[in-house]
Amino acid sequence: MGIVSPGFTGRRRSGPELPPGQYLTEDFPVLSAGPTPQIRPEHWEFTVTTETGEVHRWDWQAFTGLPQEQTVQDLHCVTRWSKLGTSWQGVSLDVLLEDVESAADYALVQCYGGYTTNLPVEDLLDGQAWIAHKFDGEDLAPEHGGPARLLVPHLYLWKSAKWVRGIVLSDTDEPGFWETVGYHEYGDPWREQRYAGD
Amino acid sequence: MAGTALRGRLTWRVATVSAVREETQTARTLVLDVPDWPGHLAGQHVDVRLTAPDGYRAMRSYSIASAWPSSPAGGAKVDLTVEQVPDGEVSPYLGQVIGVGDPLEIRGPVGGWFVWRPEQPGPIQLIGGGSGMVPLMAILRAAELAGRQPDVRLLYSVRRPESVLYAGELARSKSEIAFAYTREGPAGERIGRIDAEVLARSAWSPDVGATVYVCGPTPFVETVADLLVAAGHDPAQVRTERFGPSGGGR
Repeated sequence: MGIVSPGFTGRRRSGPELPPGQYLTEDFPVLSAGPTPQIRPEHWEFTVTTETGEVHRWDWQAFTGLPQEQTVQDLHCVTRWSKLGTSWQGVSLDVLLEDVESAADYALVQCYGGYTTNLPVEDLLDGQAWIAHKFDGEDLAPEHGGPARLLVPHLYLWKSAKWVRGIVLSDTDEPGFWETVGYHEYGDPWREQRYAGD
Repeated sequence: MAGTALRGRLTWRVATVSAVREETQTARTLVLDVPDWPGHLAGQHVDVRLTAPDGYRAMRSYSIASAWPSSPAGGAKVDLTVEQVPDGEVSPYLGQVIGVGDPLEIRGPVGGWFVWRPEQPGPIQLIGGGSGMVPLMAILRAAELAGRQPDVRLLYSVRRPESVLYAGELARSKSEIAFAYTREGPAGERIGRIDAEVLARSAWSPDVGATVYVCGPTPFVETVADLLVAAGHDPAQVRTERFGPSGGGR
């Protein structure tokens, strides 16, 4: 139970239903823990490492040669902004994991710059996740994760790791960057899983 | 205390505004009494929740400006400094409506990256733009309480002298503080944004190995962080916190 804030009326915003505690933004805020890594596509590569240590590798040419998908998604950041109807192009994780022999339950996503985040493998499959490299029809800007970022729109945006360089599959769950400093293990916006214990 | 504040479930607490300090024409500090506050690390933030009589709610995050404990004697207050955002929903309430004696729901502390711990060794470089000064002030205060003034440098970018938050306290500080005035400044002061030359003159040089904290509007943080990396600072030692719109396109 909460309290009523004396004198607060608020500014109700009509429109589509948002997850609890979120407000709508038209802008595209940038949140990053450190300087923006400047990664040239020709130096970029993406790897999937299985629980047995087998490594699958794509350079930029191989990656952009994979079947592409366009997708329109709503984004929800744990800092409470939501941005609706964003347009992306990328490669579905279903495509990237198609030939990967693995029975692992957990994925640790690794990025240029050292950022990591963890999530269950099943949240990467079945059309729920992409490695995206275009936003609104243009190359993804560095501050938004360019040349390529993970996009997992059904979880809070910190799971959609920017400057992605690889995914390590594992039988054990290892917390990532924000997950080790108090943020929620899973991060479902509709269940408002912001912080550890929510 | 502060270390364990990161663990366990965060609960909403009803704080009481015990004092209000006007910082500038557009910013003020709410001094909060918080029952059973677990303590916090300098640089952490809290969520603030406002509830209208009909149950409508709005929530936002605010950086904590005070160190913990907030004095050598062990005082116990949580300060939030609120810069009013034109057309905002929550900041006008915190900046104009709420007053001494009013309740305010907060939840926290939150965040374990953009923080400074007293046991952390080495020099500290703080670089703030506008209201990005707020979490840096908590770090400055904590470092000074720990007797670490020789380690601390602050470079603070503001539009004009009247925009400086905590002006009186900064003027009395024994830490090394430099200002970059972007619109107007005292007579004889350079006017302009932080660039490589300003950094070289006012900030710790990269070979010192300082932990660098940069907080401000997104374009400011992008620019300063890029300058730091170009100057030779280790990107892993540069911690950033950005707010506001991304500026120039997407």
